[in-house]
Amino acid sequence: MKLQFSRKTLGIPYGIFLILFVVAPLVVIVSYAFTNGTGRFTLSNLTGFFADPNTLGTLLYSFVLAFVTTCVCLLIAYPVAYVLARFHWKRRSVLLMIFIMPMWINFTLRITALKEILTLIEGNLAFHPFLNSVIGMTYDFLPFMILPIYNTLEKLDGSLLEAAADLGADSVQAFLKVTLPLSVPGIVSGISMVFLPAMTNYVVLDMLYNSTYIMGSLIGSYFSAYDWHGGSMIALVLLVIICLFTLLTGRDEENARGGALL
Amino acid sequence: MQETLQNIIELKDITRIFDDNGFVAVKDFNLEVKRGEFVTFLGPSGCGKTTTLRMIAGFDLPTKGQILLDGKDISQLPPNKRPINTVFQRYALFPHMNIFDNIAFGLKLKNLPKEEIVKKVKRVLEMVDLEGFENRTVSTLSGGQQQRIAIARALVNEPKILLLDEPLGALDLKMRKEMQLELKSMHDRLGITFIYVTHDQEEALTMSDKIVVMNEGTIQQIGTPEDIYNEPSNAFVADFIGESNIFKGIMTGKLKVRFCGGEFECMDDVEEGTHVDVVVRPEDVILTAPEKGTITGVVTGVIFKGIHYEITVESGKNEMVIQSTRTPKIGEQVGLCLDPDGIHIMIAEDHTTRFTASVTADYQLEFNEEILHCDLTKVIPGSVMKDGVLKDANGEVIDPSLLKVDVAIEPGDIEMSDDAEAGLTSGKITNLIYKGDHYSYVVRTDSGNDLIVDDEYLWNMDDRVGLILPEEKMTFTLHK
Repeated sequence: MKLQFSRKTLGIPYGIFLILFVVAPLVVIVSYAFTNGTGRFTLSNLTGFFADPNTLGTLLYSFVLAFVTTCVCLLIAYPVAYVLARFHWKRRSVLLMIFIMPMWINFTLRITALKEILTLIEGNLAFHPFLNSVIGMTYDFLPFMILPIYNTLEKLDGSLLEAAADLGADSVQAFLKVTLPLSVPGIVSGISMVFLPAMTNYVVLDMLYNSTYIMGSLIGSYFSAYDWHGGSMIALVLLVIICLFTLLTGRDEENARGGALL
Repeated sequence: MQETLQNIIELKDITRIFDDNGFVAVKDFNLEVKRGEFVTFLGPSGCGKTTTLRMIAGFDLPTKGQILLDGKDISQLPPNKRPINTVFQRYALFPHMNIFDNIAFGLKLKNLPKEEIVKKVKRVLEMVDLEGFENRTVSTLSGGQQQRIAIARALVNEPKILLLDEPLGALDLKMRKEMQLELKSMHDRLGITFIYVTHDQEEALTMSDKIVVMNEGTIQQIGTPEDIYNEPSNAFVADFIGESNIFKGIMTGKLKVRFCGGEFECMDDVEEGTHVDVVVRPEDVILTAPEKGTITGVVTGVIFKGIHYEITVESGKNEMVIQSTRTPKIGEQVGLCLDPDGIHIMIAEDHTTRFTASVTADYQLEFNEEILHCDLTKVIPGSVMKDGVLKDANGEVIDPSLLKVDVAIEPGDIEMSDDAEAGLTSGKITNLIYKGDHYSYVVRTDSGNDLIVDDEYLWNMDDRVGLILPEEKMTFTLHK
């Protein structure tokens, strides 16, 4: 008998992975979120979340931090991506690598180095927790913003810009009416690559000896206090928020990507 | 003054050299285009036609020369400041805009009132037969429709000149034929000057008032389609436009030319004894019985082509392609006749290769670090070699470092070799034309010189060849 793989059998390894590491944890989180210490069904974790000003405050703070980080990343990344993609560089790939290279360096090493530099400048890191958080996360996430924007700009058909100039547009008009709208897909995927991790990634902040509390650190603190039920509920709420956000931007992205394909 | 204004655009001594590699894309291009003319730039890819168009549009700036639009120099203006619009090869429609916004792009930039924009867009859509397409997205249109929108988007700005860069290249054959006629009638209706770029000679012949045939950055011929087809000015044009047989011939008397082993009457009055290239179109050759032909030959191939047969006849060392509705059999003896107006004579250009060699301290010629053996006493009259020094007629020593010698060699005397190191120099084949019993090649050497080489064997374009220049075939003259 010949050994044959159908498409279905090829999917089995991933199916196992999915069940073990995605579905099962989700079930565990949901079941913990809606039960109390004795294993009974309860909504008190949910009401507790929205009743606790500390939790809500952290949510808002995380949101603002993530928003600011995303904006800073975008403001830095777009010009860099634009210059890299639109001008004729002899060694474009080398230049791009310089911006991507931090990703290859060990995370711990990178953040520790940043910490030392910031300490040298600021003296005590505790004085500027918000600023340091933004700097740390921007440093960590910037490549994820540059790459998708660079990719869309690099694929942008140069003859479209020539057409715009031909029809009377100066370089600013051509940028605003052609380049920018056509790079929206890259911007959207860059934002979703930065904004979502920035809401939860507290490791960066921890490593910067930062007192700033974001959603990730909140969940961490619940778990380290063995409050599995409260921590699971926060994780679940965050998951729902992220799902909603992804759906929204996902639709935008689809529209914009559809536009770029035309 | 009156005369200059008749020309809407004039290109004067335009040369474009690319900065990064020094490649000469366009060289000494001179052209006058009359108001309302349909001009086509025709040539193989890389001949500089698109570069020239891009310089007219403003996407590329000439290294040298002037572009006069209505008498004013616009050669340094950016594209958005020129009253010229372009239809791009791949349409370049804006994918994020609907059809209306695409066409209105230029009008909106001019800040025209909204109603006027709507009206103009509607009118231009009618002109390209796509009424009511305003709200469609670009992706829902077929290639042909996108092409029309691209034309509409350019025309709506009422340009003084419309540039079209191989606009039909991406369409299928049937669509292309339709669009050719449509573009032609659009041109007749609008009265706008069209400058069209194509590598398709049939397209150029169908549509143009004037054709500019280009090759390797230079103009080969400017003329009406009839002129270009019937009176090609050189072998390249003859070979590129239509099917043709090109033979080397010699004028043997008044209106008489000998080629392919026969003497024919012709209509071009060229001095007796001149070496000429003879162009014979396949459809002009008359097949007859062997005894009635000016020359005879053996049929070696017959291919059915729909409305005619393409017949290959071998006559001596020459091969002639003939189009005929008669179907001779392979191996059959046939006679070939030509009417005088079926023979096109072109005076053969001087194809001699010339280069200058320096003289070493021991009076030997040196070129490309190779020694050429040449008796300098024969080059300089009255000079003698004495005690290892060269003395002129007055007995004075000639300084070898001041001496230079011109070397000349005929195309037929140069040999090509697979081994690039074999000869005095080496190069790449950049052009080849079949001339009946041999091929005429243009070989570009590494130093950028073009050599004409005749060889009876077929080499391929871009082949790297070594060029063997036999010393006994060289002629030496003193460099002045």
